[in-house]
Amino acid sequence: MKDRKRESVTDPLQMEKLEWKKRQMQHRFKQILTISSPIFIVLLWEFLSRTGLIDARFFPPPTEIVGTFWAMGMSGELFHHVGISLYRIFAGFLLGVIPAIIIGLAMGLYGPVRHFLSPLIMALMPIPTLALLPIIIILFGVGEVSKVVTIAGSVFFPVVINTVAGVVNIDRIYLDVAKNYGADSKQFFFKIALPGSMPVMLEGIQMGQAIALLTIVAAEMMGANSGIGYLIWTSYKAFLLKEMFVGLVLISFFGYLFSLILRGLQAKLLPWR
Amino acid sequence: MEVKISINDLTKVFYKKDSRVTALQGISLDIADGEFVCLVGPSGCGKTTLLRILADLEKPSSGSFHIGISKRERPLQSMVFQERGVIPWLTVEGNVSFGLKMRHLPEDVIKERTSYYLNKVGLEKFAKLYPKELSGGMKQRVSIARAFANDPEILLMDEPFAALDEQNKFILQEELLNIWSETKKTVLFITHSIDEALLLSDRILLMSSQPGTIIDEKRIDLPRPRNMEQVRADPVMAEHFVEIWNHLQEEVQRSRK
Repeated sequence: MKDRKRESVTDPLQMEKLEWKKRQMQHRFKQILTISSPIFIVLLWEFLSRTGLIDARFFPPPTEIVGTFWAMGMSGELFHHVGISLYRIFAGFLLGVIPAIIIGLAMGLYGPVRHFLSPLIMALMPIPTLALLPIIIILFGVGEVSKVVTIAGSVFFPVVINTVAGVVNIDRIYLDVAKNYGADSKQFFFKIALPGSMPVMLEGIQMGQAIALLTIVAAEMMGANSGIGYLIWTSYKAFLLKEMFVGLVLISFFGYLFSLILRGLQAKLLPWR
Repeated sequence: MEVKISINDLTKVFYKKDSRVTALQGISLDIADGEFVCLVGPSGCGKTTLLRILADLEKPSSGSFHIGISKRERPLQSMVFQERGVIPWLTVEGNVSFGLKMRHLPEDVIKERTSYYLNKVGLEKFAKLYPKELSGGMKQRVSIARAFANDPEILLMDEPFAALDEQNKFILQEELLNIWSETKKTVLFITHSIDEALLLSDRILLMSSQPGTIIDEKRIDLPRPRNMEQVRADPVMAEHFVEIWNHLQEEVQRSRK
């Protein structure tokens, strides 16, 4: 068998340089592909909408959505909705994550606590928090608190379950090391249990973040007079579809932003991974 | 010579619903102060169980053991675990100082001893790295430094070099002997490798397969410092090797029946 390239280039360094350049090219090509798919869809949408191939009333061209976005931004309406939604997400997120981590660690570390609480968690977990919204409203009224509680409830479960799993699945050998070298319970917690469960716990928080976003939109559609979910729903009902699309794009943007932030946090908290 | 570890009629049974496994049966044993003892036996003979009992990670079913105390502030024992025993979320430095920190020693003592043993095992440049960046041999150096830095009455080692390749194994064995000869700690070392046992030991204990008992022992009188070439070249050692080999073969055959 003859290899054409090996005949034309005899210098091994030259040969590897060509190979390297080829790999660089392939890498760049993949990057271009990744960027091009959203651009392609937006261009296609613009084209189809402008030419009337799809109904521009339902799918207004992206450039017009951007225009609406700008106008809403200038009038301050947008900031009001975004601000209130972000406040609900953060407050609800913290109200869900903090107890989830505390309860999860307690369950992971102490068998009796785990056996006592896990049936309750297993029973409550499958119920969508949104289905509990009526009860939440009865308990907390129609104000901000009930929205924050709804978010907290839906964030709580993935975080608590992952925290328990994180602690329980720490490799036994590290427990042996801690015991053999005489760690007391406080040292065991801070040197072994907490850092050892952190990776799985953060996975749970990442999941909770996604669920918080889903929940806020739905909760604001059902019983609110502000927020991104409210914006989407009322715009739809008033047939202001450009405004509705602005809301959808915002949700997508914040979802991406939050997962970027959490991934950054993960890299900071887990330098050993 | 002064007895450092004395084990008295120690038995361990693992009891489950439909199985009763006698891992250790009536082990009685004295190990002298400063002695390096290797425990050799077929897999599943209870070597690790014995070590874990001495390490206070497991309770004996009956019998007792005693470890001699020379200084009150010293911990009784420290274990060199297998390769996975290095804690991944602590840096090299954090791992080596682990035992010292657990015992709340003064900060300057921790610093000094940690850097002394990091130097000893040649990892001072890697102090700030996490274990994921280390090779298997380097991880075991961390584990050894951690145990020696803790300055225990006795050292327990559970096949610390089992996962290493041949070359690294030789290097680490000699490094271990170097550090050991400086401190003259009493060591109980588990291994599968006959060569390793011959190189390291003052005495080799041979264990039977289940239930684990000590059935024979060999004194290794080769003068120290030793190296692998000497062990390989010595006719007496060759004889020991064959005897231990035959013993292991027999035990493995017996446990299959």
